[in-house]
Amino acid sequence: MSVGGPEGTGHSGALSNRSQQGQLKQEPLIFERGGAGRVGFSLPALDVPAVDAADVWGAEQVRDTLDGFPEVSEVDVVRHFTRISQHNFGIETGVHPLGSCTMKYNPKVHERVARLRGFASAHPYAPLETMQGVLWVMQRLERALSAITGLPFISLQPAAGAQGELTGVMMIAAYHASRGEARRKVLIPDSAHGTNPATAAACGLEPVEIASNERGTVDLDSLEAAMDDNVAALMLTNPNTLGLFEEQIDRIAEIVHRSGGQIYCDGANLNAILGKARPGDFGVDVFHINLHKTFTTPHGGGGPGCGPVAVAEHLEAFRPRPVVVERDDGRLDLQSDRPLSIGQVHTFYGNFAMMVRAYTYIRAHGPHGLRQVSEDAVLAANYLKARLADHYELAYDRPCMHEVVFSDRRQKQHGVTALDICKRLMDYGFHPPTVYFPLVVPGALMIEPTETVSLQELDEFADAMVAIAVESREDPELVRQAPHSTFHRRLDEVAAARYPVLRWVPDLGASSASSNNSDNS
Amino acid sequence: MAKAGTMPGTGTGSGGNDIHGGGRYLSLGPADRQAMLEVVGASTIDELFASIPASVRFADELPLEDALAEVDLLRDLEAMSVATAGHRGLLSFQGAGCYPHYVPTHVDALIQRQEFMTAYTPYQAEVGQGTLQSIFEFQSLVCALTEMEVCNASMYDGGSSVAEAVLMARRLQRRGGRVLWSEGLHPGYRAVAETYATHLDVDFELVPVGEDGRTQTAEIDDDVLAVIVQQPNFFGVMEDLTGLGSRVAESKAKFVVASAEPLAFALARPPGRSGADIVVGELQSFGNSTNFGGPLVGFMACRDRDKRNLPGRLVGRTVDADGKPGFVLTLATREQHIRRARATSNICTNEALCALASCIAMCSFGREGLRELASINLAKATFARGKLEESGFRSVYGAGHFNEFVIELDVPAQQAGAAAADEGLSTDSVPAGMAEVIRRCAAEGVIPGVPLGRFRSNGSESGGGVWAGRANRDRQLLVCVTELHRSSDILRLAEALTEATR
Repeated sequence: MSVGGPEGTGHSGALSNRSQQGQLKQEPLIFERGGAGRVGFSLPALDVPAVDAADVWGAEQVRDTLDGFPEVSEVDVVRHFTRISQHNFGIETGVHPLGSCTMKYNPKVHERVARLRGFASAHPYAPLETMQGVLWVMQRLERALSAITGLPFISLQPAAGAQGELTGVMMIAAYHASRGEARRKVLIPDSAHGTNPATAAACGLEPVEIASNERGTVDLDSLEAAMDDNVAALMLTNPNTLGLFEEQIDRIAEIVHRSGGQIYCDGANLNAILGKARPGDFGVDVFHINLHKTFTTPHGGGGPGCGPVAVAEHLEAFRPRPVVVERDDGRLDLQSDRPLSIGQVHTFYGNFAMMVRAYTYIRAHGPHGLRQVSEDAVLAANYLKARLADHYELAYDRPCMHEVVFSDRRQKQHGVTALDICKRLMDYGFHPPTVYFPLVVPGALMIEPTETVSLQELDEFADAMVAIAVESREDPELVRQAPHSTFHRRLDEVAAARYPVLRWVPDLGASSASSNNSDNS
Repeated sequence: MAKAGTMPGTGTGSGGNDIHGGGRYLSLGPADRQAMLEVVGASTIDELFASIPASVRFADELPLEDALAEVDLLRDLEAMSVATAGHRGLLSFQGAGCYPHYVPTHVDALIQRQEFMTAYTPYQAEVGQGTLQSIFEFQSLVCALTEMEVCNASMYDGGSSVAEAVLMARRLQRRGGRVLWSEGLHPGYRAVAETYATHLDVDFELVPVGEDGRTQTAEIDDDVLAVIVQQPNFFGVMEDLTGLGSRVAESKAKFVVASAEPLAFALARPPGRSGADIVVGELQSFGNSTNFGGPLVGFMACRDRDKRNLPGRLVGRTVDADGKPGFVLTLATREQHIRRARATSNICTNEALCALASCIAMCSFGREGLRELASINLAKATFARGKLEESGFRSVYGAGHFNEFVIELDVPAQQAGAAAADEGLSTDSVPAGMAEVIRRCAAEGVIPGVPLGRFRSNGSESGGGVWAGRANRDRQLLVCVTELHRSSDILRLAEALTEATR
């Protein structure tokens, strides 16, 4: 184990990365590939009489050409997308220490299970007697999530965490309304995700920010001061986005509940507490779970996710419809007639293919395995905290949970920012951590290694961070100009926003093609 | 239910790396943990959890089943997969917003490349160019298909995209008001939009379809925010978008066109040419399986003038420090991570990988292939409709359809027993006569379509219920025919339905 200082760290990461990148070329847009008449798929011969659309719809309803679509062979398509994929950095390429994102390994068996024919080809409106298998998976996943969160009822319907938040806050609003109360305010700590205030606003409620204390957790005095009978809920993240458990969660819950408010908990950080603490046991009324974080359904470059919501008994009736029910004869069914339900949030029942993966993950671990997941995730974050504490400013110097937040304060003295550190990490073969979040830490570097990073990789990452700290002092320009080894250097985001080019247009094809060709030559 | 051959839990501490337990994805071993605890300066792992107050610490074992080895997991889940219709090879004619189309093998192979599948959202553009370029291509293809000017990087599904269109129309006009929507707009889309609008100053009003199946004309007052129709509509009928668009253009309302099956636009006049302000819907048909209804591929396109009001992620073209062309997420000041409470939407995670599958499929079909695919869908559905009419089943709507159409069966329209209806069980909410027909067909290996009687009012719709008229819907079946169906399959459908209604 190398518990190394700056010596011997060098730029080996950068060099090995560059040699790999030597194979990379600028890949033109798919529209600039191909040629007239090429086809990339096959269809059986037509075994029914051909129909002219103009005869059925009327000539004025028909379109003559499909301009703007490419003509490419299957080989063209496969090479094109393979080549552009190689400009991506995936979890199997290397560590993604993205705070609050829980970018852990995506087990291969998940892909196999989700593609089993009965699951992949199941139709949402099929007669339910032919759909018992999919409903069984949903029921079992609900039970498992209920066991993990300590909350008795689950809705699997939300398609992502933000939609889970929307669902949860709407259920809280419906609950208050059912009691004849029109509460308008939602309290949100200043360390919260941007989705929290956006969700409150989307529900027509007024987000009210409450300050954190000097320990990085909710300030009880601020909470007391903000709390009144117009508060619908406190939207908490626990462990919070600083990687800290709300030590005074008992008091927080007591203060909010005393005034009739509800506690909504953002479950982005569930990976820290599996089998160690349960939201239902620490006073939470609504909790959303990101299956694409804790239960490692693949992130897919931005989605799909799945954002189930776990709720306490008094909120059960407000769950989105339909819900999975077991009939007296043991058959599973979907129940729509639920008068207090907030309604549907998905066209059908949510992202079923993600549910299969998450259920598989939970069954692969069992209760001991899941607790070990959290223990290892927390150990890994504390290990990085120990390895980096002499080189980067800790936002809060106390034991962290599954993520640790540093700031760029020391490096900034040399003109190096968190963003520069991010870009330089690419040269060492790592995906950057989350930066500039949470907002309460200026220049934040939020690091979450997860339990699927080995000790060797943790050391390599720490060595790289230490080397960058040294570079920031000795050769800050090297860091400011990073990345040096990626195919693209820093991209101009300002120009992109000022003169937005948001699609390829056939007429302009020639000019964009020539700019690509010049890079290929 | 199948019983798994589970092994008893062996319980070494918190699980450790037990070969019989759940340790196979853990990157640390016992020796690593010991070494790391020393560096951290803790003697036990529990010291690191000391900030969790004892009063709320969970000391028991989670009440979950024991860990399963991969071989047993597969055995368990394969048993459940077999317990579904798809696996048994039932011949299905179900569409209704979730369409069975052939997914070329290379599409699924490409999206399983770890560089795409496991990648994070490409906020760090230098290590996300693959995702960014594919989204730029996706945006370009959707714009070409719809003839719109800007398209975002995807929404969750058709339902939430219609909801977001309502919210966008409200933002654009800085006011609340009424939304007129067609009876031919997917009931699921309407249900989701109603949920999203619960706390907003927006009301919905249902505009019925006429005898030809097309949306009837309605008065568009000054307080109407938006008019929403679907193309092809929920009944499979091709709307006269141009006629509707010109009427909406005379009002202050925004013209929103939804599509659950935009494959039709390969042949049909695109909504952008008929005056649509916002086009939303679902691209699942391109490259994605049905997956019991999710994940899907919502999308949202608009006019260039309105792009700063669009929700969701957008990719734009730019250059790097050396002038090399590349792509970045752009116009992010619309989004929640920058704008927080004033964002255009709270959406963050979207359906990127499903959008990639759509993108790859659309590229593979290509300029001529996509038109051929649409033509085949139209021809097969036309053939099926003819065969069913020959067998004595009345098709309900006169106007031209795409790959779906509605037939009416001579079955009793009354509901199932009152007790079952009270329970609100969805299978039993299908009228008894229709449910019996479907059961008989299924016994012959055919699921003949989606019964329109299953879409029932929940009593809370502000728009006056799911359908403009109830009685006949209980006898109606929405039949979907695609390139997957051979002519012999269509003959089997006609036979099975004939037998089942005898």
